[in-house]
Amino acid sequence: MSAPVAAPYVPAAASRLRPDALGVLLTAVGVLALFGLPFVLFKANRILPGEPRSLLAVLPAAGAWGCGAALLLAALVAVLARDARLRLGGALAGLVALALAVAASGDILTPPGNNVVRVAPGGAFWVLLLCLGLLATDAITRLRPGPLTRVLLLAGFFVVMGLSLAHGTFDHLSVMREYAVNSERFWRELLRHVWLALGSLGAAVLVALPLGILCHRVPRLRPGVLGTLNVIQTVPSIALFGILMAPLAALATAWPWAAALGVHGIGAAPAAVALFLYSLLPVVANTAAGLGRVSRAAVEAAHGMGMTRWQVLSAVELTLALPVILTGIRVVLVQNIGMVTVAALIGGGGLGTFVFQGIGQTAMDLVLLGAIPIVALAFTAAVLLDALVEVLERTKA
Amino acid sequence: MSGRHFAALLRIAALALLVAFLVAPQAFAPVFAPLTQYGAPPIYDQGNLLSLALAHLGTVCLAAAASTVVAVGLGILVTRPSGAQFLPLSRTLVNIGQTFPPVAVLAVAVPLVGFGEKPTLIALFAYGLLPIFENTIVGLRTVPAAVLEAASGVGMSARQRLRAVELPLALPLILEGIRLSLVINVGTATIGSTVAAKGLGEVIIAGLLSNNNAFVLQGGLVTALMAVLLYDALAGLERRLCRTVRID
Repeated sequence: MSAPVAAPYVPAAASRLRPDALGVLLTAVGVLALFGLPFVLFKANRILPGEPRSLLAVLPAAGAWGCGAALLLAALVAVLARDARLRLGGALAGLVALALAVAASGDILTPPGNNVVRVAPGGAFWVLLLCLGLLATDAITRLRPGPLTRVLLLAGFFVVMGLSLAHGTFDHLSVMREYAVNSERFWRELLRHVWLALGSLGAAVLVALPLGILCHRVPRLRPGVLGTLNVIQTVPSIALFGILMAPLAALATAWPWAAALGVHGIGAAPAAVALFLYSLLPVVANTAAGLGRVSRAAVEAAHGMGMTRWQVLSAVELTLALPVILTGIRVVLVQNIGMVTVAALIGGGGLGTFVFQGIGQTAMDLVLLGAIPIVALAFTAAVLLDALVEVLERTKA
Repeated sequence: MSGRHFAALLRIAALALLVAFLVAPQAFAPVFAPLTQYGAPPIYDQGNLLSLALAHLGTVCLAAAASTVVAVGLGILVTRPSGAQFLPLSRTLVNIGQTFPPVAVLAVAVPLVGFGEKPTLIALFAYGLLPIFENTIVGLRTVPAAVLEAASGVGMSARQRLRAVELPLALPLILEGIRLSLVINVGTATIGSTVAAKGLGEVIIAGLLSNNNAFVLQGGLVTALMAVLLYDALAGLERRLCRTVRID
């Protein structure tokens, strides 16, 4: 912050040996973590606190040296290399070595046939994962990949992870132990999580689009509608879930057909209604804003071509406003995936079930079984919708 | 004009209602009584509502203060020529903070720092970074080039220019970011009670556990009212500051 602004700008080619500041920072953090924090935690059973073990203490000499060499390579490339492809390669090599090392630690520390012992990744593993992940993300950003490439990269990551999980590479790690016990329930809750997030979003879009169009056409309505939706946002999610339980329970007792449709006081219904209410504001606001940005000239030209009002709205205005509307949908989807977690508190199911069960039992591995897929889902949603917005903006241009 | 008076009246009424409920909750018992069953208490009786509300607000403000220091500091750093190469990384980090669901952060933080306020602070801190960071960057970047040149022209150093010109001009946007982050976190902080943090979430969760809708409703309403009033107060503060900046 205090560096002089007038520092001469040195072109990249002339400073081949100047270390990359970002690489230096991440390497320093990684080295500190590797030597200061445990690489894995060894637990005699799932709720005992873990005993810290370092990478050197766990792996046989050859494995430790191999992993160390790969990490050193990643660090050297991060500090010295300018070429983004090379940097990406270095970071990926480091990530693979890290994954193999943690998987091997699990295999080595677990006595054969023992199902009680838990080997959990430790602080050093998580920090190194973050540092290498950031290096890879940074290299990808420098490569400026198009939207399709980004989606393919994500798909590639999932294929590799899926294959190694199917192969059983990580089976001796604690999270996979929890999965082995809960595998059937896991897929059910995952599906339910996705359904709740997507279903409430879909319903909200159906209502929010007309409402947004109305706000655009009748500006007098705008402050009232947006103000009301804003106030709904301030009600905390647990409270809204809880508050909706009473009217829905009343509804179910008053009309048996509602109960037959799955409307109950406890369960997914209050969560779905609450998520629907939360989803309205970003979509309505962005629809109105997106329509407001459509140029008058385009609308007039469309009228001039003899289009009906409905045709102008659907073929011109909504099409041009679509990127902005989708940005609102992206916000809602990422937010919903996070909020569905809380639905587990009112019996709504979803991956939050594992999170809260894990907190209750102080079983960290169970928490991770819920939390890791939630984070993965949120990231996937963000990457996919960002790519979609970019594609639409390009075709518009 | 009458619209503005009405808004002011509404504001005062809302504040009065909030304070009255927190100071003398039992006076509102008849309002909540129809929501209870089998003679359950209509007003939260397992703790003092006022102290819970203050603890809640304290946690939120502490987290917001930390987010502000880090996000504004990062925002300043990455808009200087020497820090520009950290911009993509900071963006990624701050975005990760917002994409990680707060409940997940909370759950993962518990084994590291134990139960109580600390995991909540971490989750709120991470969740609140994005709006402040993005607004700081936009605010600093949209300072007109002519103004910057004039500041350099009168002999200001880079540091003086930042403090006397760029930050004051970016202040309204930075404040808007802080306001967004604060309001989101007033609601989010309620989930901290699942890991034993002191706050209004306690009231809601007690209601969920004992099937007492009166508790759920009063916990939710107090939190929402606090968020709305905070939003409103900060918006007023922003308008005031903007006016000062414009006159200068």
